[in-house]
Amino acid sequence: MRCRFLLLGSRWRLRATAGALFTGAAVALALGAAVLFAGGCGSNAAGQRPVPNEKQLILASTTSVRDSGLMDNVVLPAFKARYPGITVKPIYVGTGQALEMAKSGNADVAIVHSPPDELALLATGQLTLRLPFAYNYFTIVGPSGDPAGVRGSPSAAVAFKKIAAYGRRTGKVAFVSRGDQSGTNKKELSLWTSAGVTLTADDDRWYIKSGQGMLETLQIAAQKNAYTLTDMATWLKNGSSVAPLTKLLMTTQDLKNIYSVDLINQALHPSVNSAAAECLAEWLVSESGQRAIADYKVNGVALFQPFADDIPHTLLPARSESAASPVSSATPAASSSP
Amino acid sequence: MHLILQGVRQAFELLIKGDAATYDIALRSLEVAAAALAIALVVGVPLGGALALSRFPGRRFLVVLVNTGMGAPPVAVGLIVALFLWRTGPLGGLNIIYTVRAMIIAQVLIALPIVIGLTLAAMQQLDEGLRLQILALGAGRWRLFILLLREARVPLLAAVMAAFGAVISEVGAVMMVGGNIEGQTQVLTTAIMQDTSMGDFAAALALVVILLLLAFSTNYAMTLIQQRGQKAT
Repeated sequence: MRCRFLLLGSRWRLRATAGALFTGAAVALALGAAVLFAGGCGSNAAGQRPVPNEKQLILASTTSVRDSGLMDNVVLPAFKARYPGITVKPIYVGTGQALEMAKSGNADVAIVHSPPDELALLATGQLTLRLPFAYNYFTIVGPSGDPAGVRGSPSAAVAFKKIAAYGRRTGKVAFVSRGDQSGTNKKELSLWTSAGVTLTADDDRWYIKSGQGMLETLQIAAQKNAYTLTDMATWLKNGSSVAPLTKLLMTTQDLKNIYSVDLINQALHPSVNSAAAECLAEWLVSESGQRAIADYKVNGVALFQPFADDIPHTLLPARSESAASPVSSATPAASSSP
Repeated sequence: MHLILQGVRQAFELLIKGDAATYDIALRSLEVAAAALAIALVVGVPLGGALALSRFPGRRFLVVLVNTGMGAPPVAVGLIVALFLWRTGPLGGLNIIYTVRAMIIAQVLIALPIVIGLTLAAMQQLDEGLRLQILALGAGRWRLFILLLREARVPLLAAVMAAFGAVISEVGAVMMVGGNIEGQTQVLTTAIMQDTSMGDFAAALALVVILLLLAFSTNYAMTLIQQRGQKAT
């Protein structure tokens, strides 16, 4: 039952990442130590180890894979058919919270979309393996008049620079941020950084935070005639209900949105059901899993591209190494791609 | 307006067609609320009665605690219960996080102060003379308690309704400790939240209508009992 072969890739991945992400690692190490310490005060301190419940798999997942229908229509039914003995308990939260659950051992496996955070946790050993299994693109949406001139920008960073300039010039609400540590929010923050825009207290007039989900944020942006960054699935499903907003920029390289399945270090958290977690990860990157993801369409539009289409990719630490990585062999190319 | 009509229509369609998933969610809501209410009543009514009938140092402080608990935000209760039940928490070994049992525990903690507080208020309202009379007729402490409960049944049923209303409509705590897992721990309120965040407003509204119908019919039944009691007295 235990899906062993995945473990082959873990050691390699761990080392490669550790070298590349030193700074992130240092921060994550401090965090990790705090979490470890806190964990030690839990049930283990009482001398009682939680009884592992092998039948149950707690999946901490980002909401967009549920909201797009991918989990309920593709992943969960296929997984249940293959492993009827495992009860998957998907807990849909923001990527930030999902990774917290992974770090503290309160989940068995995570599905998230924030590569820098995931790589940092790999480097500290909190995660043992990260397997990208699907991707799509974030989209910059905004008022159809496009007052900041975002349309046709060569990159999202350039577009963000224009939005900031427009906001600072006019003092109007120009951008609505999720502000909730979700994967989309993390992506947005990294885009401000690569745009060279430092958000200060003075920017509170044009840059507002909704603190809510994607749909609520889109609605606020529509009401305020402002720009925002959205994931593709939420946009395709609800774009018509937030009418004044239009899609302005997508499919630039820096808008790529990579979903991965992350395995949690059982050595740190003995109660983690790694065996079942490996089965889920294995299925997601298997040929049948990758094909099912590629074939999933909503109203004729594919919401996710299988990741097998995209190896090697830019977010792995070293391109040359990733081409020769064991992951390539673990993810046979999906034969059908849209 | 269109959305509202659509939602109401969808609600009745789901109900009439007997949509299995919807019934499943509604039934689970009722199950969790009923179980939590039953436990809260069994524990809370005697405690409320004891608090009403006894005098001891620190009693006033306890009453303040209970009254504060009546207004405790469910999310706070949910977070605390979740922290305890998480695998890394002190009760992680029980392995009940993200189960119906965990949801019942959280809701008992929400309902309990309401039951204690309203029982206390109901019993204290009774005429002091009545109590003395019952005691004078030779009743024991336990007998006295039963007789006073019967006497206070109208406001006590109000306590039951208030506690039931609090738990059936509660969303924050059950979301945190239950996880809103489809087919396992999803209840009406968490399903409404999910549908709303996914933009399925009609579906969310349909569940709202079902939740309101459920709340109305249970309250209607309890009110009938309460008012019948009223006439008989």
